[in-house]
Amino acid sequence: MMSFPPVMPEIFMAASTLLLLLFGLFRQKSPVNAVSVAAVFICFFTAVLLFCIGWERTILLNGLFIIDPFAAFSKFLILSGVVLSLLLSAGYLKSEEALERFEYPVLILLAGIGMMVMVSANNFLSVYLGVELQALSLYVLAAFRRDTIKSAEAAVKYYVLGALSSGMLLYGISLLYGFAGTTDFALLSKEVAGNGNGHIAFLIGMTFILSAFAFKLSSVPFHMWTPDVYEGSPTASTSFFAIVPKLAAFSLLARILTGPFSGFYDQWVQIIIFISVASMVWSAFAAIRQENIKRLMAYSAIGHMGYAMMSLLPNSPEGIGALLIYMTVYMFMVAGAFAVILYMRRDGQELEHLKDLSGLSQNHPVLAYAFAVFLFSMTGIPPMAGFFGKLFVFKAAISGGFYAVAVIGVLSSVVSAYYYIRIIKIMFFDEAKDPFDMESAFCRKVVILLVLVCILGFVVYPAPFVDTSFAAVQCLFSGT
Amino acid sequence: MLDFPLLSLLTFLPLIGAFFVLTVRGEPDQVAKNAKHAALFTAFFSLALSLFLFSRFDPANPDFQFVEKYEWFPTLGIAYHMGVDGISLFLILLSSCLTPVAMLAGWRSVTHRVKEFMIAFLILESFMIGTFTALDTVLFYVFFEGVLIPMFFIIGIWGGHNRIYAAFKFFLFTLLGSVLMLLGLLALYVETGTTSIPDLMDASISPLYQYVLFFAFMASFAVKLPMWPLHTWLPDAHVEAPTGGSVILAGVLLKMGAYGFLRFSLPLFSVAVAHFAPLLFWLGVVAIIYTSMIALVQDNMKKLIAYSSVAHMGFCVLGIFSGTVQGISGGLFQLISHGLVSAALFLCVGMLYERTKTLELNQYGGLVTKMPFYAMLLMIFSLGSLALPGTSGFIGEFLSLLGVFQIDRAVAIFGALGTILGAAYMLRFYKKVMFGPLENEKLKNLNDLDVRERAILVPLALLVLWMGVLPSYVLDYVTPSVDKLVAQYEMGLLLRKEPEP
Repeated sequence: MMSFPPVMPEIFMAASTLLLLLFGLFRQKSPVNAVSVAAVFICFFTAVLLFCIGWERTILLNGLFIIDPFAAFSKFLILSGVVLSLLLSAGYLKSEEALERFEYPVLILLAGIGMMVMVSANNFLSVYLGVELQALSLYVLAAFRRDTIKSAEAAVKYYVLGALSSGMLLYGISLLYGFAGTTDFALLSKEVAGNGNGHIAFLIGMTFILSAFAFKLSSVPFHMWTPDVYEGSPTASTSFFAIVPKLAAFSLLARILTGPFSGFYDQWVQIIIFISVASMVWSAFAAIRQENIKRLMAYSAIGHMGYAMMSLLPNSPEGIGALLIYMTVYMFMVAGAFAVILYMRRDGQELEHLKDLSGLSQNHPVLAYAFAVFLFSMTGIPPMAGFFGKLFVFKAAISGGFYAVAVIGVLSSVVSAYYYIRIIKIMFFDEAKDPFDMESAFCRKVVILLVLVCILGFVVYPAPFVDTSFAAVQCLFSGT
Repeated sequence: MLDFPLLSLLTFLPLIGAFFVLTVRGEPDQVAKNAKHAALFTAFFSLALSLFLFSRFDPANPDFQFVEKYEWFPTLGIAYHMGVDGISLFLILLSSCLTPVAMLAGWRSVTHRVKEFMIAFLILESFMIGTFTALDTVLFYVFFEGVLIPMFFIIGIWGGHNRIYAAFKFFLFTLLGSVLMLLGLLALYVETGTTSIPDLMDASISPLYQYVLFFAFMASFAVKLPMWPLHTWLPDAHVEAPTGGSVILAGVLLKMGAYGFLRFSLPLFSVAVAHFAPLLFWLGVVAIIYTSMIALVQDNMKKLIAYSSVAHMGFCVLGIFSGTVQGISGGLFQLISHGLVSAALFLCVGMLYERTKTLELNQYGGLVTKMPFYAMLLMIFSLGSLALPGTSGFIGEFLSLLGVFQIDRAVAIFGALGTILGAAYMLRFYKKVMFGPLENEKLKNLNDLDVRERAILVPLALLVLWMGVLPSYVLDYVTPSVDKLVAQYEMGLLLRKEPEP
């Protein structure tokens, strides 16, 4: 069998994305459809390439790039998230003239490449490269509906605060570099381990870096941008923000915490506990009063990041495996939820108010039941997949001895159940309004069906996915 | 032994039926009719299957029977593990017996979204049976909490005026208890390394852990049972739920809490149970006396029966936590008896409500002349509820009190007061509905029960009488497993006492 160098998937994806951009430029009319289809195919071929390269731990490009089972598996998940977002956006882009531009799929692909670089980073330089490539694409996606002030406002907010977080990231990296003399993960790890309880400058640098990640993951106290950006961006962009970047950021965070910072476990665990608890509690209470479905999804995302964060606490393969499972399940649930939200349209106008969903079960029963399944899954009610995500996360926390965090977690999940079932109440118990416009969005239906099958089917045959996740994370711990 | 997976079939048959009901299409009237018949057929089919299970069950064997075990999460050791013993057998029968009853109860009164109504009950049945057959803690939890979803819809869509408040209260209360149990399950898993219930029964758990885990589990079961002071969701849920929902709620869902105590608390946390038993007894006594007194002044018939349920579950608590063979068998018997009696009482009230659209006691009176057959049946069930000898209620309460009498006499004496109060409120209820002058104009042209209603109530009445006259038939099935449970409980206590000097 032919063997490719391990960076082949990224190289292929980047080259073909740029070609796609050129192709679009030389066309008179914006070829959205063709580019979208091509983008899905690019993801598909990248996944095939990813399958062909060797997955054993390899470091190349002068230590900037690492491939191991964890990175490869994360990349598969990222690619599937990218494909889900592309499918979701397909119908949406055609709905308005202002949105019908071929750059959208290209930007999504670019963000995807950034995320793939992130999960393969073995050096803080490549971390920064990946994070920025991803973030810059996201800023543009937020501003994609150029003719509305709301979208522009969201983009500016996202950009300014994102730049701030990038600054914090860079400052943290420079502190580490200044005191350790390297940005390489393996060398840093040795340096940190030799430092005993930690040099104060290292700790400050690490705190800055973790703050930047908390920003990317929209965790409390760096969550403020999330509701505004979610609300203002075009809904398809919002769905992309919600689906993929968080998985990538978490994979990278897991690699950094278990790699270079593993010597500082006692220190970073305090930070993570605070972020996790604050996110869960804050989102549970703040979401109760939300009346805008996109803002509600933003607060729900903040809470889910808190739960996922909990799985980092024990610093064990079990925890990181739980993290992968949780984030993947979350990715699917959110994709399904946004597929339903994208249907919220009456007389050509997009709707965002929760009340607009009232009586959905009578006008569009399939949509309502699918949404109910996704919402119950997000609440963590069995037998939906979301329950198992929570189960593994809580198990990881308990086996690490973090009982108090786990108790706060389940209690805030009960509070958050209120706003999830409130949506279900609006859909099922309230009086029906006029039906939505039913667009012929084939791709969106595919997404809903696929997510339904995954979420309901997980309970039947979870073994392959769960086992792969737990097997993939072993490599993070075997080296140390 | 059977060579096909009877328990899985029994558990998932309603789900398969629900899927077929889902595919029913066509004209709205036709859909409703076909959905009803398909659902009822499925429910009767699973009733037949559970009777088959009953006939093949070996009463002399105290262990789990019809055991099935398949890999589920192989790396974590969580398995798909099912089995039945004498404790769960009758609860399974109760579930499969009450589901068709609940469907028939909504046969006429449910007119909108009939298809979804039937699907909700089928899913509910599947989860209920699953709860009683699961032998793996995670699997148990999946079924136990999954029940919330169909019940939430049943109360919320087909309920009364205040249905949304009641549905939310039911959902959030129960969820709050359940999630604490989830943490308990996980802690138990981390501590012992297994999720298999039979293996857990052999594992030894340190006393400190037992105390904490006992409360984690109790949070869930006490809400579900419900124990005073966590019962406040129950009257709301009952009053607002449609008749079929009340039947299942009182008949089966409350039993899940008691089943949890029997399956987890007693064998796993015996030290904690023995330590906290006095507290639980007094909570039970308070529940019996306090809620009986509330029932005594209720003017809403459904509320009255709901409060009486809390009181009756108090007897179960007394019996179960006495840790004696009589007490536990009595508690279990009381579960089954109350499942039948309270379900039947809710049906009776529901039948009146369908005719008159009111639940207020003051609106009734003198019905005995108009509905003699109904009066006879209601008499049987009321007597069953107030535990008259000769009905099933007597056996359950008597054995429970007998059990607790051996442990703590004061508790037994105060508990026995509850039977007097029970007689008071049930007879008041009966008198107000049946006797006295027939004054309300609306009642003057009421019809007696029709064939469908008789077909629902008469079998339940016969069961109540039969269990009251021949309790040994049920107890023979129950006793071996209860003996084993008591042995485990006492063994757990002994093992703990030894290391102390």
